[in-house]
Amino acid sequence: MPSDPKTGLRWSNWNLLLIVPLLMLITPWFNMDEPRIFGLPFFYWYQFAFVPLGVLCVGLVYVKTKDKPVVTGKPDKLGVDDLDEGAK
Amino acid sequence: MQWTELIVFSALFLLVTVMGFVAARWQKGETLDHLDEWGLGGRKFGSWITWFLVGGDLYTAYTFVAVPALMFGAGATGFFALPYTVILYPIVFLPLVRMWSVSRVHGYVTPADFVKGRYGSHWLALLIAITGIVATMPYIALQLVGLEAVLRSMGLNGGGILGHLPLFIAFVILALYTYQSGLRAPALIAFVKDILIYLVILVAIVYLPAKFGGWGEIFNDAQAKFDATQSKTDGILLTGTNQLQYATLALGSALALFLYPHSLTGILASRGRNVIKRNMVALPAYSLVLGLLALLGYVAISAGTKPIVNQATGRPDTNTIVPELFGHNFPSWFAGIAFAAIGIGALVPAAIMSIAAANLWTRNVYKEYIHKHATPAQEAKQAKIASLVVKFGAVAFIVFVDPQFSIDLQLIGGVMILQTLPAVAIALYTRWFHVYGLVAGWVAGMGYGMWLLYNIGNPAVNKAHFAGSALPLGKISIFGWHPFGASTTQIYVGIVALFVNLLVAVIVTLIAKRAKAFNGTDQTDPSDYHVDEDSPRVKPVATH
Repeated sequence: MPSDPKTGLRWSNWNLLLIVPLLMLITPWFNMDEPRIFGLPFFYWYQFAFVPLGVLCVGLVYVKTKDKPVVTGKPDKLGVDDLDEGAK
Repeated sequence: MQWTELIVFSALFLLVTVMGFVAARWQKGETLDHLDEWGLGGRKFGSWITWFLVGGDLYTAYTFVAVPALMFGAGATGFFALPYTVILYPIVFLPLVRMWSVSRVHGYVTPADFVKGRYGSHWLALLIAITGIVATMPYIALQLVGLEAVLRSMGLNGGGILGHLPLFIAFVILALYTYQSGLRAPALIAFVKDILIYLVILVAIVYLPAKFGGWGEIFNDAQAKFDATQSKTDGILLTGTNQLQYATLALGSALALFLYPHSLTGILASRGRNVIKRNMVALPAYSLVLGLLALLGYVAISAGTKPIVNQATGRPDTNTIVPELFGHNFPSWFAGIAFAAIGIGALVPAAIMSIAAANLWTRNVYKEYIHKHATPAQEAKQAKIASLVVKFGAVAFIVFVDPQFSIDLQLIGGVMILQTLPAVAIALYTRWFHVYGLVAGWVAGMGYGMWLLYNIGNPAVNKAHFAGSALPLGKISIFGWHPFGASTTQIYVGIVALFVNLLVAVIVTLIAKRAKAFNGTDQTDPSDYHVDEDSPRVKPVATH
């Protein structure tokens, strides 16, 4: 897993799945009445369908990034006073 | 007076009152005289409690009455609440766990605590704290609007000051048990609230459409109603001019929600990173309910529901649409349960919001400027009193000022809280922005946002200012130059203001860095942002 101890950022490509639900902001794709399901216009059931899709995406990211080590980079061995010194 | 409804409502209200007081002893810590305990429930809530607490916090009574009312009045634009609460979780999934970790290591209680730690500037923290308090206050007042809609539907629709008495009584009770039990009270009550809400919505969504000829018929009725009105922006679908507004309002609301201090309170009260992550997966269950509930606005059109006239203001109150729909189409006892669901639904977020505002006041104003050496016990005492002040302030708002004013303020509050995004959310990832840039951006975004909102009028309801958050692109001008010509395409003001905020923040940051201005000291370490519950680095709860 690529990580940068300097900035403390960690990255997994699974995180890209979090972008998928944002596709529901593209309104021209679904701003129409037909086809209807159970009388619900397309506009409504399409957006309802994004609820399970969103759960799936976030759930996958959770499961796939779960067992990564909590702390990366160098172990924190410095005491508070040492860190203070280092800040100077 | 509708006695059956009133008795069922009162019985359930009594139940949560008892729970609210008992909550002080639930999962008790060493002491309640510490903000970690009173204000964050001991920082140990597991997945289930967090689910109910945060769900009860985000999906408020006001949402439950206002979203269907918006659908009833304007159609598809009101449905933005669904995309808003779907994209919310993927957006905040990663930042929230970072916020939890860094707060857990350093014992931060509020977003402003974090900003102070990150930038070492108590002035920037003060700015964030004040924004949070000002944005939260009208939100609390709106919970009262939701509660009052229910009370008035039950026949407690008196005029004058006395007409607000039931509301006042409900709030005194709420204030007392929040004072005593802190965050544990809404956490425990949220169980009752959410179970009732799910029950009511599921029954309503199965029973009501069947009664009015099915969903197809209901949507056709709604379309017929909107076709008959003068307005060109209503309808069961979006129009050419409001699609961008729909998307940007959903996005802006999603970005803003976890900047509200009360949302963060629920997150910081949880036990660990996995609790938060699991909740980001499970919370959309509420979005589903909210979407279904929104559709009840159309059911009310088919049912011919009429909003009742608020005797205190003399105007029809569209927020009574859902209570009226339930009242006229359900048996009395079930309507009573539905009313209680909405009413209790107002108490949970109102309690959490007042706790969050009280935490901000105590940590970032009182301890910072008034009593620097306050002990944890004095902090807790101060926060308890502040929570009372905040709640009675909200009641006074509803009683003495037109409720419409709270609704306007809530609209403004959303734009305001969005301006804290660079200092709170972006700062979780990078300290690239200079503290001067953040302050300048805040001032610019806030000023421009307020000015835009002030100039939005709606002749249809005879309002010249603050009549909505939809801004025609053609109205945006940069010193007289109109980059979008005379376009009537609408956009959410908050997003425009945030853009200006970021732009100014970037420019001022570049200048400040060129001038080598001092950018504060960072108290946090990069590894702080990944610390989990089992790490030895977490700060012990409720110690100094």
